Amino acid sequence: MKTKTLMMSAALAAFSSFGASHAQSKDLTLCWAAWDPANALVELSKDFTKESGINMKFEFVPWTSYADRFINELNSHGKLCDLIIGDSQWIGGSAENGHYVKLNDFFDKEGIKMDTFVDATVVGYAEWPKNTPNYWALPAMADAVGWTYRKDWFAKPELQAEFKKKYNRDLAPPKTWDELKEVAEFFQGREIDGKKVYGAYIYTERGSEGITMGVTNAMYNYGFDYQDPKTPYKMDGVVNSAGAIKGLEVYKDLYKCCTAPGMTNAYMSEGLDAFKSGQVAMQMNWYAFFPGLAKDPNVGGDKIGFFVNPAGPAGQFTQLGGQGISVVSYSDQKDNALKYIKWFAQGKVQQKWTDLGGASASKAVLESDAYAKSAPYAPTFVASMKIVKDFWAEPSYAELLQSMQKRVHDFVVADKGTAKEALDGLVADWTKTFKDEGKIK
Amino acid sequence: MPNSNSSNAVASARLDAVDDALRGLSEKTMAWLFIAPTMLLLLAINIFPLIWTIYLSFTNFKANRSTPVQYVGLQHYQDILTDNDVWQFMQATAHFVFWTILLEMVIGFGLAWLIDKKFRGHSFWTTIILIPMMLSPAVVGNFWTFLYQPQTGLFNYIISFFSGVDPSSFQMIGDVKLAPWSIIIVDVWMWTPYVMLICLAGLRSIPDYIYEAAEVDRASAFRKFWTITLPMARPFIMLAVLFRGIENFKMFDMVNLLTSGGPGSTTELASIALKRVAFESWRTGYSSAFAIILFVTVFGLANIYVNALKRVKQG
Repeated sequence: MKTKTLMMSAALAAFSSFGASHAQSKDLTLCWAAWDPANALVELSKDFTKESGINMKFEFVPWTSYADRFINELNSHGKLCDLIIGDSQWIGGSAENGHYVKLNDFFDKEGIKMDTFVDATVVGYAEWPKNTPNYWALPAMADAVGWTYRKDWFAKPELQAEFKKKYNRDLAPPKTWDELKEVAEFFQGREIDGKKVYGAYIYTERGSEGITMGVTNAMYNYGFDYQDPKTPYKMDGVVNSAGAIKGLEVYKDLYKCCTAPGMTNAYMSEGLDAFKSGQVAMQMNWYAFFPGLAKDPNVGGDKIGFFVNPAGPAGQFTQLGGQGISVVSYSDQKDNALKYIKWFAQGKVQQKWTDLGGASASKAVLESDAYAKSAPYAPTFVASMKIVKDFWAEPSYAELLQSMQKRVHDFVVADKGTAKEALDGLVADWTKTFKDEGKIK
Repeated sequence: MPNSNSSNAVASARLDAVDDALRGLSEKTMAWLFIAPTMLLLLAINIFPLIWTIYLSFTNFKANRSTPVQYVGLQHYQDILTDNDVWQFMQATAHFVFWTILLEMVIGFGLAWLIDKKFRGHSFWTTIILIPMMLSPAVVGNFWTFLYQPQTGLFNYIISFFSGVDPSSFQMIGDVKLAPWSIIIVDVWMWTPYVMLICLAGLRSIPDYIYEAAEVDRASAFRKFWTITLPMARPFIMLAVLFRGIENFKMFDMVNLLTSGGPGSTTELASIALKRVAFESWRTGYSSAFAIILFVTVFGLANIYVNALKRVKQG
């Protein structure tokens, strides 16, 4: 009798543990950064759970520790994330080190066409090597650097008149970096509505990627590029070209003349705080934050306007942000993760994703007339996504990024050396990195 | 009841067996048995990682890459010791360690000397003084960034109140000249109470009869301080210097939160640079060599200092 009871208990325990593991296998964990669009994704994913019966769990980490946390997770072959919305620069390393599942066969099988997504996002978020049809992610969150401005301040008749008298043109969103500096200087230290305000907010953060994501918006437009388009990894004369040097100086001039005191280590959240508290006339930031700003009770609505990153002598470009969604190759739930990607790629889901506050990279959504009219920032976002450039996405991107963070911050914020010295030093750093990698001799 | 009796008998028999087994062991074997778990733990979490780090420092290993590991000999050590940036980080660290220790010793000893006078309410003031060291460095780093804010920070307003300068005219953590002092101020604010506690223990260990004898000899207050208080409290002061020196040489959390090593690399202490190269650039082999150099530096200096401390105690 005793033996019988024991056997029954064991069978029951085995059955219940099978049940538990079966239930667990229905949970998919998606890893991303903790920010507004992540909340929209939680909302959106409820539809997936309803349709598939697969529960979704989310692991969201603040931007400041996002890269550290998830790159560690991938490097240690961890099973925390089944799906990951990884930064565009991770794609090279994640593909070469086997962290992501290659999606070409899956896309072919499921009829997911990459030409239905905005070209820049496919190259930026999904392809490795770049410009080859090898896909490691589905473009998930389109993003780029844009600018907000205080429309209500720009519209003040007395300021309009004063600006016109001084610069012989209307006080309007700047179209070039020269104009940007003039407008910023005009507002700097001015008293508006009884409060001292400052010209512009720009990125200066040192620790992760901030100042690089900011300074490139000036440097691209003055002639900076990462390598000679005809000779891969040839950087001398390109990274430190006369135009690139000028672009770096222009960014520093703007930082020195027209930012609020104390903005020496500031990134996205500091920009949002500065703009929301009515401290700055213009703010550089990622479009992902603009839906929230447009609805802000204090500075949103009629008070806020948006403009594309201004042009320079070498053209008009802006820094690409955003991410693709990938299946982690160490996941035990790759099939379910692929189901999620298949579901997410559908046109109606992409539309709902944008409606909820995300940013679809689907051409059908992003380039539709309905989208352009859907929000005040939408037309500038569409325009920005057509002129994006991105940082290196090489497996050694982190080392390349740290070199640029140091060189640029030393020059712009710490007044160390000249722009030429900073960029010559950057060429030397990057050359060493690529030599160590065996990419150049 | 019968069941309970039989289980007691079994337990007792087992204890007897263990007792017999232990009785046959030598004292040395017993000692090894007692310290074995600790030794194993130490080997697993201290010695093995150290040996592994030394091994990695001679390779080009990168923890985020699956490329084959190659032996590079002393290349990383040579690169580090000839890198101007590394010397700049070491210089920033030396500046931080020197000034924090000096200020913490002077202020800490002064506070201990005052508290030792046992004035009315001295217990209350001791508790108040100890509060900063009870806070987490992460919390301290965060709230001092707010205190240092040029537009809204209390620190700038206090300076402005006493000096008359515009509070937004200077930036403690954004200015190349002031930033190294901004981290020193915070560390001194936080850790002076700790030094005070050690010094207070030293002052209270001086027997009263020595002062009484000095009174009889009509020694002046300065003479008593110089020839009794300071020499007798010196081992404690030196201990405080040792603790704070080691701690500040590897300071990371508070400075990382306060300045992130900026502006530029002005406050990039060796530990912050090491973290960047190890876990942001992922140059594991190189960072292992850097870690070994830092370890040897701290270990060597601490050993020299401990020997000096021993001489002071014996003398």
